Amino acid sequence: MRGIWEPHRLVLAAIGAGLVIWCAVSLRWDWIPQYAGEMAQGVWRTIWLLVLSVAIGMTLAIPLGLAQAAGPWWLAAPARAFCTVVRGTPLLLQIWLLYYGLGTLFPQYPWIRNSDLWPILRQAWPYALLALSLSYAGYEGEVMRGAFKSVPPGQLEAARAMGVPRFTLFRRIWLPQAVQRVLPTLGGETVLQMKATPLVATITVVEIYEVASQVRRELLITYEPLLLLAAVYMALAGVIVLIFRWLENRVPQKRA
Amino acid sequence: MKMKSLVLVATLLAAPVAAQEVKVGIAAEPYPPFASPDASGNWVGWEVEIIGAVCTAAELNCVVTPVGWDGIIPSLVSGQIDAIMASMTITEERMQTIDFSNKYYNTPTVVVGAKGVDMAPTAEGLAGKIIGVQVSTIHEAYVNKHFAATAAEVKTYQTQDEANQDLVAGRIDAIQADSIALDAFLASEAGAACCEMKGVVADDREVLGQGVGVGLRKGEEELKAKFNAGIDKIRADGTYDTITAKYFASSIYGD
Repeated sequence: MRGIWEPHRLVLAAIGAGLVIWCAVSLRWDWIPQYAGEMAQGVWRTIWLLVLSVAIGMTLAIPLGLAQAAGPWWLAAPARAFCTVVRGTPLLLQIWLLYYGLGTLFPQYPWIRNSDLWPILRQAWPYALLALSLSYAGYEGEVMRGAFKSVPPGQLEAARAMGVPRFTLFRRIWLPQAVQRVLPTLGGETVLQMKATPLVATITVVEIYEVASQVRRELLITYEPLLLLAAVYMALAGVIVLIFRWLENRVPQKRA
Repeated sequence: MKMKSLVLVATLLAAPVAAQEVKVGIAAEPYPPFASPDASGNWVGWEVEIIGAVCTAAELNCVVTPVGWDGIIPSLVSGQIDAIMASMTITEERMQTIDFSNKYYNTPTVVVGAKGVDMAPTAEGLAGKIIGVQVSTIHEAYVNKHFAATAAEVKTYQTQDEANQDLVAGRIDAIQADSIALDAFLASEAGAACCEMKGVVADDREVLGQGVGVGLRKGEEELKAKFNAGIDKIRADGTYDTITAKYFASSIYGD
């Protein structure tokens, strides 16, 4: 603990605090109350996009990983192709393909345009959520493939020999150990996913980045909204790191 | 060594003054038929030709510099460019930050919507509709002031093209923009198939402004006088009308 109070750290901390105070005092912050509602809404939209896309993405990533690690070739090959395509193309391109590509095909069919689903399909967020989820699934499918393969086969063989049903084996032995092994990786990937969310602003989803852009455009100021935006993303990243640290510590593990 | 760098600094400081080089900022987003890059990347269009003509008439050495639209005013204020000629309307709000020359064109503002859908360019006529506009434009300000209360939603786009595309896709019900920009859209294949002119919106000088002028930094009276003289000169000698005739059926100078 003594390490924190070493002189060079104190100096660095003082410089950091000084910068924050300088920003708070000498920059223009009077616009915050005016935009508070929109910013809160923007942060909320960023959070639910992130949480839902990670949840959906992870749900897809487990079968994708399993298919590649242990599936027959006719499951492994498409799963591998999906992960390769998603990981090999820019997310912005995927978002635009879904929104300006797929999304503009729908209205050509009158039965879609007149259906009850159209009020949802004409909005932008379903495409944003779909693109973010597929992207996360692509990256995590690859991570899960490695994770499933890294569980010692002896354990699975032993379980089989004891007559453990296949699904119970997967649920109680294979999956928990695979996830446990890649939790630190998943934490980092989730932070990356958070940092990918501003891309959806390009298809009219007004999340926190777009709110900051609005402030920049309307008040013609540059640093203040961007610095605030950086602080918001740092705070979100901090929360993600804490959640994953808690998850990692929750499962007791034997260390070699 | 020190001496050399001092000389270099002096040359760098002196050079722009001597050559009277004026960096004219245009929006990097295509805005046909005013300014858009052609197949080889050169900027062409009515406004690009007008920039050339005004600068020649005002004896300025202009360099056309594309700048992202949403950062164009900060670029002017910070000195990365010296003038804005990007179809920027003269408004009270912008006048607080920058200065403007006299107008060089002024066109009516119109609403375009899907064919067969009943709507009018009024608050009641657009009730419950989703309206798309380009961000940071007078049209965004106008829609927010007059239509936002009754409309279902106002969506903002980085470029007019994206708003047009979403109207074609049926994601929005109407778009509002300059009549010339929307005439060009309605003349296109996709625009002609889906949409029609719904009418001219009621004038609001406070928001819609007093026409399009050259944006300049405050206090640069000499440059402003040169641009005004340049505009007057091409208006008087027919250059303005010659260029206009190449792009439009009628005059776009306005009243």
